[in-house]
Amino acid sequence: MALEKQRFDTLILGAGGAGLNAALQLANANLKVAVVSKVFPTRSHTVAAQGGVNAALANVLPDNWHWHMFDTVKGSDYLGDQDAIEYMCREAIPTVYELEHNGVPFSRLDNGKIYQRAFGGQSQNFGGDQAARTCAAADRTGHAILHTLYQQNIRAKTHFFDEYFAADLIQDQEGIILGALVLDIATGEPLLIEAKTTLLATGGCGQVFRTTSNAHINTGDGKAMILRAGLPLMDMEFFQFHPTGIAGKGMLITEGVRGEGGYLINKDGERFMEKYAPNAKDLASRDVVARSIVTEVREGRGCGPEADHVMLKVNHLDEAVIAKRLPGIRESSKIFAGVDPVKDPIPVFPTAHYVMGGIPTDRFGRVMPTSDDDGDHLPGLYAAGECACASVHGANRLGGNSLLDILVFGRLAGKNIIDYVKDNPSHRPLDEANVEWAMGRLGRWDTKGDGITVSDLRKEFRKTMEDHAGVFRVEDMMQEGVEKVRAIREKLADVRLTDYSNTFNTNRTEALELENMIDVGLSIATSALHRKESRGAHSRPDYPKRDDAEWMKHTLYWQEGDRLDYKGVRSQPLTVESFPPKERVY
Amino acid sequence: MMIPESELKNIERLRWQCRRGMLELDVLLEAFLDQHYEMLSPRLQRHFLQLLEFPDPVIHSWCVGGENPDDEEFVELVDSIRATSVA
Repeated sequence: MALEKQRFDTLILGAGGAGLNAALQLANANLKVAVVSKVFPTRSHTVAAQGGVNAALANVLPDNWHWHMFDTVKGSDYLGDQDAIEYMCREAIPTVYELEHNGVPFSRLDNGKIYQRAFGGQSQNFGGDQAARTCAAADRTGHAILHTLYQQNIRAKTHFFDEYFAADLIQDQEGIILGALVLDIATGEPLLIEAKTTLLATGGCGQVFRTTSNAHINTGDGKAMILRAGLPLMDMEFFQFHPTGIAGKGMLITEGVRGEGGYLINKDGERFMEKYAPNAKDLASRDVVARSIVTEVREGRGCGPEADHVMLKVNHLDEAVIAKRLPGIRESSKIFAGVDPVKDPIPVFPTAHYVMGGIPTDRFGRVMPTSDDDGDHLPGLYAAGECACASVHGANRLGGNSLLDILVFGRLAGKNIIDYVKDNPSHRPLDEANVEWAMGRLGRWDTKGDGITVSDLRKEFRKTMEDHAGVFRVEDMMQEGVEKVRAIREKLADVRLTDYSNTFNTNRTEALELENMIDVGLSIATSALHRKESRGAHSRPDYPKRDDAEWMKHTLYWQEGDRLDYKGVRSQPLTVESFPPKERVY
Repeated sequence: MMIPESELKNIERLRWQCRRGMLELDVLLEAFLDQHYEMLSPRLQRHFLQLLEFPDPVIHSWCVGGENPDDEEFVELVDSIRATSVA
């Protein structure tokens, strides 16, 4: 049967905040837009973002985009590109107002203006008093934004392909992306979507680690597609871990628990943070607490039958305090850890939360395919959100800047695509050989026989990533990790499905996701092994200092030959003076 | 007893509907599907389908956040989901 084909001006892969905000710009400009999402759009991971969006509106306290920029550059540990950061902080303001006009129900102050809350890492006056910069819609900001953008897209007649899995990008011999091969999950039928422009907005990849706070959908699909198209990923070694996730499950246990007097203990009941951070103890910075937990486990002082976690003790606190100040924690612990924290400590381990790295783009969301500092973008290909790296987070992301990133760069990519399609109104001819290659990759999963199961290899892979490329990063174990993940990549050829049907074959979808996770995992492990310094979220006990002389540069990883290259940080902003690197002190 | 192919596929379809934007719901709903769905009465199975149509924060508030649905019809189902073993 002939492969079904459909044509659009723009193809958007992913229906979180970035994809939907881009789609809305395009549909409002009467472009023919397709949005492909493997789950129903309002079930994208953006829905889990509770905190809010940073924008210097100055509704509560004096504020200024330049102060926001300073905080973001400092938070990035000076690895963020300062032109992109300036652009994001300036564009934050019209982006939030546009969302407001589109109907996002932001919480309000008594004077009717948008409510803004204080978050860590925000300051007035370049490091002065606490700022209040985060615009919120109660504790459901992500949901409110996603729902509004989805409704607006329906009004604007965006074409949604719900429950379609994007398998591979299709490119011609010049490397120009012509759309993607996607799979209808309900029927198993492939569909070729041709497009003049393609935007990847497929979100993060926390599922590469055994313990993650990310939803199951976050398997790095777009990042892996980019790698297979011969393009690089940037700064993938920078992965933010939250120190206290429920052990073996990953759900976040908020820092508020330790703020209210909860503390960590090892199998001997020792309050171990006293040795690692004698002053701040359990309230030390996230990376210090996370590394201390992993050290305890690695040195044999972990709890449980596998000695693979530590305990967060709260049962010395009054039950009324827990109920009043930590709502939700008790229920969550009972359901996911099987313990009532009023009676017993909660088993915890660091949980992978957010990836700063991704598909390298400029500040218009255009994909940058080379390590050349003055290199040009790849025409017609865009990326935005957590799958992308516009390099606004650098080595670490500030709270409230992740929703901002997806919304600003989704919007700007959309606006840029409108101009591109005006100048490039025709579809380019398909390269049939490339389509066959993509179809062949799908067809590989029809091979029957005995083999490794998807779930077994996934389990081995995620544990390997956690043990060798997670929080604790020293040379020998990371080198071993790269070799192990490469061996796991080889084992993929021996994986066989347990279901060969077409209708809702979740086994096949999970196999495609596993391929993606392994491709992305190698980019993380390889990039992390070679960055011999500690910066932001990348912490190397064997290289404990930040090394600006040698490492003030972005890592680029290509899949072919697991090759790395580097390019300079863009430290010159657009209109203001550069913020020179300083030691980060909070 | 062998489960008919059509019923298996219905469960696989529901399994994909249990893929949500929040990890807590992924884990809880899929465990509920595996452990309890087939034993539910047709009425509760219908309610489960209806529940999956609600926005993630609403399902979260019921199944994890300790709030009760306004609609009495869902209370029994939500109680069963809360009691699912995922620890």
